[in-house]
Amino acid sequence: MKVTLSIKRFDPEKDEKPYRKEYTIDVEPTFRILDCLDKVKWDIDGGLAYRRSCSHGICGSDAMMINGKNMLACQVLVQDFKKKYIKIDPLPSLPIIKDLIVDMDGFFAKYEVVKPYLISKTQPPVKERYQSQEDRALIDEAVNCILCGACSASCPSLWSNDAYLGPAAMLKAYRFVFDSRDDAQAERLDVVDTPDGLWRCHTIFNCVEVCPKEINITWHLSQLKKKCAMREL
Amino acid sequence: MIHKHDLIIVGAGLAGLRAAVETSQYADVGVISKLFPTRSHSGAAQGGIAAALGNEEHDKVEWHVFDSVKGSDYLGDQDAIEMMCGEAPDAIYELEHLGVPFSRTKEGKIAQRQFGGHTKEVIDENGNSKRIPVLRACYSADRTGHVILHTLYEQCVKRNVRFYAEYFILSLIIDDGVCKGLTAFNLRDGEIHTFHAKAVMFGTGGYGRAYRVTSNAYANSGDGVAIAFRAGIPLEDMEFVQFHPTGLYPLGILVTEGARGEGGYLVNNDGDRFMKNYAPTVMELAPRDMVTRSIQTEINEGRGINGGDFVNLDLTHLGAAKLKERLPEITGFAKTYAGIDPVKQPIPILPTAHYSMGGIPTDLYGHVLADEKGTIVKGFYAAGECACVSVHGANRLGTNSLLDAVVHGRRTGKTLVKYLREAEFSPLPDDAEKKDREMFANLYGTSSGENADKIRLRLKEEMTNKCGVFRNEKDLNSMLDTIHELEHKFKNVHLSCKGKVFNTELMEIIELGNLLEFSDAIVTGALARQECRGAHWRTDHPKRDDVNWLKHTIAFKTEKGIELKYKPVVINKYQPQERKY
Repeated sequence: MKVTLSIKRFDPEKDEKPYRKEYTIDVEPTFRILDCLDKVKWDIDGGLAYRRSCSHGICGSDAMMINGKNMLACQVLVQDFKKKYIKIDPLPSLPIIKDLIVDMDGFFAKYEVVKPYLISKTQPPVKERYQSQEDRALIDEAVNCILCGACSASCPSLWSNDAYLGPAAMLKAYRFVFDSRDDAQAERLDVVDTPDGLWRCHTIFNCVEVCPKEINITWHLSQLKKKCAMREL
Repeated sequence: MIHKHDLIIVGAGLAGLRAAVETSQYADVGVISKLFPTRSHSGAAQGGIAAALGNEEHDKVEWHVFDSVKGSDYLGDQDAIEMMCGEAPDAIYELEHLGVPFSRTKEGKIAQRQFGGHTKEVIDENGNSKRIPVLRACYSADRTGHVILHTLYEQCVKRNVRFYAEYFILSLIIDDGVCKGLTAFNLRDGEIHTFHAKAVMFGTGGYGRAYRVTSNAYANSGDGVAIAFRAGIPLEDMEFVQFHPTGLYPLGILVTEGARGEGGYLVNNDGDRFMKNYAPTVMELAPRDMVTRSIQTEINEGRGINGGDFVNLDLTHLGAAKLKERLPEITGFAKTYAGIDPVKQPIPILPTAHYSMGGIPTDLYGHVLADEKGTIVKGFYAAGECACVSVHGANRLGTNSLLDAVVHGRRTGKTLVKYLREAEFSPLPDDAEKKDREMFANLYGTSSGENADKIRLRLKEEMTNKCGVFRNEKDLNSMLDTIHELEHKFKNVHLSCKGKVFNTELMEIIELGNLLEFSDAIVTGALARQECRGAHWRTDHPKRDDVNWLKHTIAFKTEKGIELKYKPVVINKYQPQERKY
């Protein structure tokens, strides 16, 4: 079958601003959008630039905007779309480096702000620390984050205020605040209990809509908000 | 531009990051990765990481050692296997201390599940000893690699490790037998950089991308293995490529062995659990090489589903709750890519190129070896899938790969801490980037030529058909001819994109050169080895031959082509026996 991709292109060495270009290619209905991009790259224009690696939704390289929604190009098939005219853009609101490749340095800088690592202030035992199944369940979803950036790039609060930490960084904060083994709850809450932290989240739920790992990010942020409100009582 | 670090680690998967965690508090460490670190393919590992913790039932390190030796079809070096299995519990406890969110038992210990080839010894009703599956694989649902990878990256962030993300390695600088650094290019601007170091460690991963049907990421083009080979380092046991039994049809995306560990059945077109004919005692939990051959035999003999080239993995009897708790990731894959709900329907699967048992030869401390006699290359280290210690021999057991990466990343890190205390920077040779710049100039200068994609597709297709699960002399000879033809074409390959910024076409061409480089070693080793052992199965030599072939292949790149030498296997406690399950 034929499908037409309308891809936003930008080559910083040639173009003053991004433009759209259409490519009509022969594909199987079971092709991933990533396979379609490969076909364009290999058959038509070797210069087309996009990130990819695992090709099955675990590495988080190929988040992009497809028909107006942020998703992983490897996790959606041609047959998932009714119309065979598919618009592909880089993740919105992030600086474009080339074609579908965006600059994620800012995204990762915010990730680092929330101290994204276990902080334990006690000497670990000889064997493992114990953690109950109930405690582990509190972080079941949060540990699935693949840092693809789809959520943060979909957040209107972040679009309007670049200082906002954004959903991905705060989900990471949740992952440690609610890990029963972590001893740095207070210092981490200090980071997110700020005007450009949690309270910038206006529960718009765009992040939940787009998360390719189906994490209910807004719910996690609400739990963090509760924690912050409780500690002030 | 020249960067200087005490240690440069290439690759940011489990081996590289574990070594970075070990060394970064004692030395100035730089980590180069062609991806952002958390994109590394260790993150795709699903089912678990083996250690005889005995959290769920009685288990012993000794059993883990025996299983790994037997699983390796006796080609694994027993000193290395004893060391790996012995250090496994401490390595896992450390991961837990670093923050890895393992699934838990009712008491709150690290949870463990069954995996193929991992057994315990029991006495049956007639008083005879036999081996049945044991709960040994420590897991975090079916995302074990993902959570370990992210945890190790987090710990590197905590330790302020310097990352060079999206830098692609080009050449090793080995001068007078000493490794002094490497060259790489920055994908962001296309500039070539020199990295000057007292030591270089490779944790560059495997080479499954030489095959069409594979569970491997695009990134797994065996760059480190090929670059070492080109720099004069030999490669060990390259012919041993693991085909995982259960790749999701038709792409080959991994469906974890944990699915069988949790009780999944393999079923052919007649509705038969055919593993009863191949491995009656452990059934679906036989080692991967055996299950893969069984599946391929069913398919070849016409018992694939509706006569097609796949069989079914049936999880429907496990129930929705167990699938959601234990196997959520693969449940999602099956829905996304095959339109199958595993709660209600079986999953179509086929064998898929998965793991590289062979690689850069190392000793037990991570030193890279220059020959079959064990001469150490000063300043060069390797660990994980790119290395061959050899702990996996002819066939790796499931969950021993994450273990290998973590244990050897840790051990190599410890070796490096000691080495770096004494080591000095050796002066770089004049213009270390010269060859790379010439290669770039050649490619940028092409106005026409061979299409890289066509060369790559043909290589992958033929490697799958001629150097796959079943092999024979005729096919392997034909494969060698193909490789030589493709290498010739590759000399005239055309780079159509002349930009500098994220020229991913340039990267793919260099990766293709790497695929061709090591594929030659795989096929040459496979052609010479006239026996069946583990994952290497010769239909024209259908028996294991311990008299002639109980030895490691060491392949050297010479001007006249690949030269093969051999070295003995370390056999301590377990003499080779017939391998039955």
